[in-house]
Amino acid sequence: MTVSHDLSRRDFVRIVMTFLGTIMVAVIGLPAIAYLFSPSVKAKEADVWIPAGKIDSYPVGVPTLFSFTRTTLNGWEKTVNSFGAYILKIDDTTAQAFSNICTHLSCRVNWTPAASLYICPCHDGRFNIEGKVVSGPPPQPLNQYETKIENGLVYIHFKEG
Amino acid sequence: MAAKVMSWLDERLGLTTIYNTVLDRKVPKVNWLFTLGSATAILFLLQAVTGTFLSVYYVPSPDHAYDSIQYIMTGVAYGWLIRGIHHWGATLMVITIFLHMLRTFYMAAYKYPREITWVTGVVLLLTTLGMGFTGYLLPWNQRSYWATTVGTEIPGTVPFIGPFITRLLRGGSDLSAVTLTRFFSLHIWFLPAMIILLIGVHLYLVIRIGISYAPQQDD
Repeated sequence: MTVSHDLSRRDFVRIVMTFLGTIMVAVIGLPAIAYLFSPSVKAKEADVWIPAGKIDSYPVGVPTLFSFTRTTLNGWEKTVNSFGAYILKIDDTTAQAFSNICTHLSCRVNWTPAASLYICPCHDGRFNIEGKVVSGPPPQPLNQYETKIENGLVYIHFKEG
Repeated sequence: MAAKVMSWLDERLGLTTIYNTVLDRKVPKVNWLFTLGSATAILFLLQAVTGTFLSVYYVPSPDHAYDSIQYIMTGVAYGWLIRGIHHWGATLMVITIFLHMLRTFYMAAYKYPREITWVTGVVLLLTTLGMGFTGYLLPWNQRSYWATTVGTEIPGTVPFIGPFITRLLRGGSDLSAVTLTRFFSLHIWFLPAMIILLIGVHLYLVIRIGISYAPQQDD
């Protein structure tokens, strides 16, 4: 029997088919992955000072809810998200602002004057007037917005991304 | 290790038998024209895959159809590629399936015992054209709107039941959101289900009966 170094027709076809097949699957497969991931990896960025009204209108020492909305373009549609910040006026030149988003699973907390606590309606997470966790499942204190007061107006620093 | 896993699976699933029956079956000496059926099948798979991907972002509603496609074309990574393949693949599939039919006809391969293969093939041609017709409306642009206006008006000339067919296709007297959703549903559920079923019968018969040889001089 002679040993042939020539590639058989069958093996040649097999190699070519495997090679071309891999290229074709890669050409469609890799863009397909990027296609599915693309809206998920788009970074959302925001860095603005939002006016929250006159400092005179806020009572001293009582967290008062300030609501605002932000609009983002998702796909071909505008998504309007509502946000809430509890403004705590210390005096005419200083104020603190706490996000009302519970640090547990993002339900919205309510300031409850009777208990002097922020209480989350979903899993009974409780925070004190400084935003610190008193009881319940939240792992972190309430997020705080940076604030500034200019010409009698309170501004909160809204940052995302 | 891989060989061990393969033989374990083979013993239980009968992979070798499937391979031998489907891919290693005996075929007469034929030419490239005999690959048109396979080409059509591959194009169908390509359409199924790219169509599935398009359905991730496409919305079949007059308010969103056009915008969602604009988003696919400009907002999503490689959306233009996925839609482009689906667009051109559709045209190419109609061409290959038609040439496949011509080859079968001119070589008289539809005769005994392959009549059922031929009939399922004809229905596959019609369902493929149905896919083209229903898919054409989905971009919801001027061209697709008026093409469907005309396309649904044409069966209206059929005696007696014509106007009813038009209303049935449109889901009412006007081209509307109802038309768009029923065309979408036909395009992604009813027609593909029929096509898959018919391809199953068609291929089963091709494998069971085998393909005919090209006609000779003394046939």
